[in-house]
Amino acid sequence: MANLILGLAIVLIFVILLMLFRIQRLVSVAKGEHKEKVDGFNNLNANLMWIFPLIGVIAAIWYSGEAAKNFLPEASSIHGQQTDSLFWFSTAVILLMFVITNAALFYFAFRYRYKKENKASFFPENHKLEIAWTITPAIILTILVFYGNKVWWDIMGEVPKDAEVVEIVGQQFAWKTRYPGKDKKMGNYDYRLIDATNDLGIDFGHKDANDDFVSGKLVLPVNRPILFKIRAKDVLHSVFAPHFRLKMDAVPGMPTQFHFTPTKTTAQMRSELGNPKFNYEIACTEICGKGHYSMRLLVEVVEEAEYKKWYASQSPFLKDNPEYKGRDLKWLRKKKNFASKKQEEKTAHAKID
Amino acid sequence: MADNHNQGDAIKEVGHDHAHDHGHDHDHHHDQSFISKYIFSEDHKVIAKQFLFTGIFWAVIGGLMSLVFRLQLGFPEMSMEFLRPILGGWITEAGKLEPEFYLALVTMHGTIMVFFVLTAGLSGTFSNFLIPLQIGARDMASGFMNMLSYWFFFGSSVIMFASIFLETGPASGSWVIYPPLSALPQAMSGSGAGMTMWLISMALFIISVLLGGINYITTVINLRVKGMSFTRLPLTIWAFFITAIIGLLSFPVLFSAALLLIFDRSLGTSFFLSEIYIAGEALHHQGGSPVLFQHLFWFLGHPEVYIVLIPALGITSEVIATNARKPIFGYKAMIGSILGIAVLSFIVWAHHMFVTGMNPFLGSVFMFLTLIIAVPSAVKSFNYITTLWRGNIIFTPAMMFSIGLVSMFISGGVTGIILGNNAMDIQLHDTYYVVAHFHLVMGSASFFGMMAGVYHWFPKMFGRMMDEKLGYIHFWFTFVGAYLVFFPMHYIGIAGFPRRYYAFTNFDFTKSFTDLNAFISVAAIITVFSQFVFVFNFIYSIFRGRKASENPWGSTTLEWTTPINPGHGNWPGEIPQVYRWPYDYSKPNSEKDGFGDFIPQHIPLSQTPHSNLPHEKEMLERGGNNEDEIKINEQ
Repeated sequence: MANLILGLAIVLIFVILLMLFRIQRLVSVAKGEHKEKVDGFNNLNANLMWIFPLIGVIAAIWYSGEAAKNFLPEASSIHGQQTDSLFWFSTAVILLMFVITNAALFYFAFRYRYKKENKASFFPENHKLEIAWTITPAIILTILVFYGNKVWWDIMGEVPKDAEVVEIVGQQFAWKTRYPGKDKKMGNYDYRLIDATNDLGIDFGHKDANDDFVSGKLVLPVNRPILFKIRAKDVLHSVFAPHFRLKMDAVPGMPTQFHFTPTKTTAQMRSELGNPKFNYEIACTEICGKGHYSMRLLVEVVEEAEYKKWYASQSPFLKDNPEYKGRDLKWLRKKKNFASKKQEEKTAHAKID
Repeated sequence: MADNHNQGDAIKEVGHDHAHDHGHDHDHHHDQSFISKYIFSEDHKVIAKQFLFTGIFWAVIGGLMSLVFRLQLGFPEMSMEFLRPILGGWITEAGKLEPEFYLALVTMHGTIMVFFVLTAGLSGTFSNFLIPLQIGARDMASGFMNMLSYWFFFGSSVIMFASIFLETGPASGSWVIYPPLSALPQAMSGSGAGMTMWLISMALFIISVLLGGINYITTVINLRVKGMSFTRLPLTIWAFFITAIIGLLSFPVLFSAALLLIFDRSLGTSFFLSEIYIAGEALHHQGGSPVLFQHLFWFLGHPEVYIVLIPALGITSEVIATNARKPIFGYKAMIGSILGIAVLSFIVWAHHMFVTGMNPFLGSVFMFLTLIIAVPSAVKSFNYITTLWRGNIIFTPAMMFSIGLVSMFISGGVTGIILGNNAMDIQLHDTYYVVAHFHLVMGSASFFGMMAGVYHWFPKMFGRMMDEKLGYIHFWFTFVGAYLVFFPMHYIGIAGFPRRYYAFTNFDFTKSFTDLNAFISVAAIITVFSQFVFVFNFIYSIFRGRKASENPWGSTTLEWTTPINPGHGNWPGEIPQVYRWPYDYSKPNSEKDGFGDFIPQHIPLSQTPHSNLPHEKEMLERGGNNEDEIKINEQ
C-alpha cells in the first residue's frame, strides 16, 4: 500500500511538473518571446558562468584541507619520498594551469556575453600567440619529463647486490610469500608441481629449494634493499603496497620484480601516527575476480636484529613436509606415466571383459 | 542574406516535384515504404537518427548501471532488497549486491559508455548527419554500406543487451577484458557465456565502425561540393574525417586481439595464456603472454580515447564559433593539432602498462611520447578560450555544453600530465585518480560534446527547436553534477583507493573517506536523474517543439541552406557552391554588403565587395573565388 501511495505521489509530481512546463511554454508563446535574439536568461547564464566555478574553487580549497587528513602518511621507502616530491611538485604546476585556463574560460564567457550594441571582433589568427602557447607548455612538460625520468630510473635501475629477496605469488584471492632460507638462494618452481600442499610449485629437484620457507605474512628488515620477485598462479594480479609507493603486476608465465628500501619499521609508524593498530598492507590492483577487493597481505617491517631472529626461527617447507624431497618435473612425469599406464591397463581389461 | 531568401523562394515554388527534374537516384523516396524509409533506410540523416536513438537508449542503461554500483560504494550498509524485482538472483539473501555482479556492472558500464554511447552514439550520429550536409553532398558515398553499418551496430547491441540476462552474468572482467581472467570460465562466472557474447558483440561492432569509417573517409575525400577545398571544411568535418582514419587503423587490431582470445578460449591455443594453475588443475597452455594482449588492446584502446574525443572537439569548435559570433581562433592550428593528436595517439598506448613488468626503457620512451600530446591539446584549449575573447556570446544550451566541454577537457587533461609520468603512475595506476582523470577528460568532455551537438543540430534533424529553459536546467545540473562526482575522486585516488573494488572494508588504508564516497553517490544520482530532463525535452520537442526557422543560430555552414525538413538528397535544387571558409562571423563591414554578423559559405566573394579581406580582393581581381576557378578562367 505504501509503495502504491509513493508511486502515485511520484506520478502526481511528474504530472504537475508537466503542467507547469506546458503553461510556461504557452505563456512564452503568447508573450511573443523568441523574437529577440536573446532573452534575460542570457545574462543569468553568463553570471552563473562565474558564480558556480567560484563557489567550486572555494569549496575545493576548503575541502582539500579536510581531505589531506585522510591521505597516506609520508612514504616509508626511499623511492617513495622521491615520487611524493615529484607528485606534489607536478600537482602545483597543474593546479596553476588548471586555475589560469579555467578562470580565463569562465571570465571571458561572462565578460563577453551578448550585448545588442556590441559586435564581436574578427580575430581569426595570430601566429605569435600560437607560437607562444605551443612553446610554453612544451617547456613546462620538458622539465616534468626530465624530472620524472630521473626518478623512474632511480626506481627501476640496477638491483643492489645485497638485496634481500622475497617471492610474492598472487592467486585467487590471496598472496603467498616465500623466502630463500639460510642459503639465501631461492629454489626453482614450476606451475605443474603445484598441489594442495606445495601451493607455490616449488621444484625440490635442486638443493637451493631445500631450505626455502613460506610465510603467511611478509616480514622485512628496515633500511635494507628488498627485491620482490613477483608472479601469479592463475590470473593477473598486481602487488600494491601504498605506504611504500610500490606497484607491480603479477603475471602468470612472466615473472616481474620491484626493488625498494623500507625506511620505517611498523613500530616506528605506530608511534609516529599515534595509531597502535597501524599495519603496512599489500592490496591487489589488477581485477582478478570475485574476491579482488579482499586480497590483503600484512607487511611487518622490523629492525635488522629482530628480522634475523625471525628468519632463523622459520622452519623450511621440506622440514614440515619431508615427503616432498626430490620431487621435480622428472618425478612428476614418472608419476603421470605410471598413472596413465594404469589407466591403459584398466581400459584393456575392460575391452577383454 | 539575399541569396538565402532567393533560394528559399525557389524551393517553395518548385515544391516537392523539383527533385524529379534532376534525375538522381534518390528521387524515388516518394514511393518508399515505411520499412525502407525509416528502418532499412539508406538516407544518412535517418541513419544518424537511428544511431542517436540507440545511443540515448544505451546511455540510459549505462547511466542507471552506474547508480547501482555507486549505491554499493557510497552506502555499503544499505539493503538492496528493492532491486530484487530487477536483479533477482544478483541480490544475495542478505539483501546485498553480489560482488561478481558488481564487477559485471562496472564492466558493462565501461563497455556501453565507451563503445555504444560515445563511439556509436556520438561519432556515428554526427559523422553520418553532418558529413554530407556540411560538405554539400547528397548522401554518403555508399548509402547501402552506411545502412549496414547501423544494422551491424544494432546486432551488436542486441547481443550485448541479451548477455546482461544470462544466468552466469555478462562479461565481468572489466571493459579491458585482460586474459587470463577473461579467457577462463573457471576464474569467474562472467568469463563463460557472457564473455563469448561480449566478444561476438564487439566483433560485430568493429565491423560496423569499419563500414562507417570507410564511408566517412571516402565521402569527405570525393563528394565535396565545388569550392569546398580541404581548407574550407568546417572543423567538425576535419574532426570526423581524422576520427574515421584513426578508427580504421586501430579497430582491426582490437579485432585481432578478440579473435586470438576467441581461439584461446575455444580452440585451446596459447596466445595469451601461460603456466596457469586454476581450480586445482595445471592447464596445458605454455608460452603465451597476457601482456601481448594488453599491447594489442591498448593499440586500439588509446586511440579509442581520441575516437570519442575528437568528434566532440569538432562539434565544440563549430558551436563556439557560431555562438561567440566570432571565427574560430587559429583554424589551421586547430587542424594541425587534431592531426598531431591523431598521429601521437598511435604511439602512446603503453602508458597504460607502466607497471605490467614491461621493460623500464619502454616506459621511458612512452612517457616522453605521452607528454608530447599535452602540447596540441593545450593549443586547442587556448584557441577555444581566445575564440571567446571579445566575442558576443549567446548562451544557447549547445554553447553552454561546449564551454563545459572545454572546462572538463582542461580539468581532466592536466591530471594526464601526472598519470603519463611513469614515476608517479606507479602509485596512482588503477586507483581512483585514474577514474577521476578519464571520466573528466574523455567521459564528461565527450558527453558534453554529444549534448552540444544534439542541442545545436536538433532543428536540422527534426525541424523543431528543443526547449531552451529545460536545456539550461539540464546543463547546470550536468555541469555542476559532473564536477561534484569526479573532482572528489582525485582525493580518494591520492589516498590510494584501488578501482574496481566492491567494498573498502578489508584494508586499513581504505577505511577513510566514507562520507566523501556517499557524497559522490548522491551527486551521481542527482546528475543521472537530471538527464531525464533532457530525455523528456528531446522526445517532447520532436513532436511538440517550437517550429524551427531555416537557420536558427545564424550559422555559416551549408547544412542551414537546406529546407527545414530536407528530404533524401538534402537539397531539392542544385547544391550551393562554396566560396569561402566557414567562419566569416562578424567580419568587418559585412553590414555594408547587406549581411548581418555572418556571411554563409555559399555567398560569392563578388557579392561582398566591402567586407572582403585583402587576399580575397586580390583573388577576385585575378578572376575567381578560388585557385581552381582562377586557373579555369585563365585558360
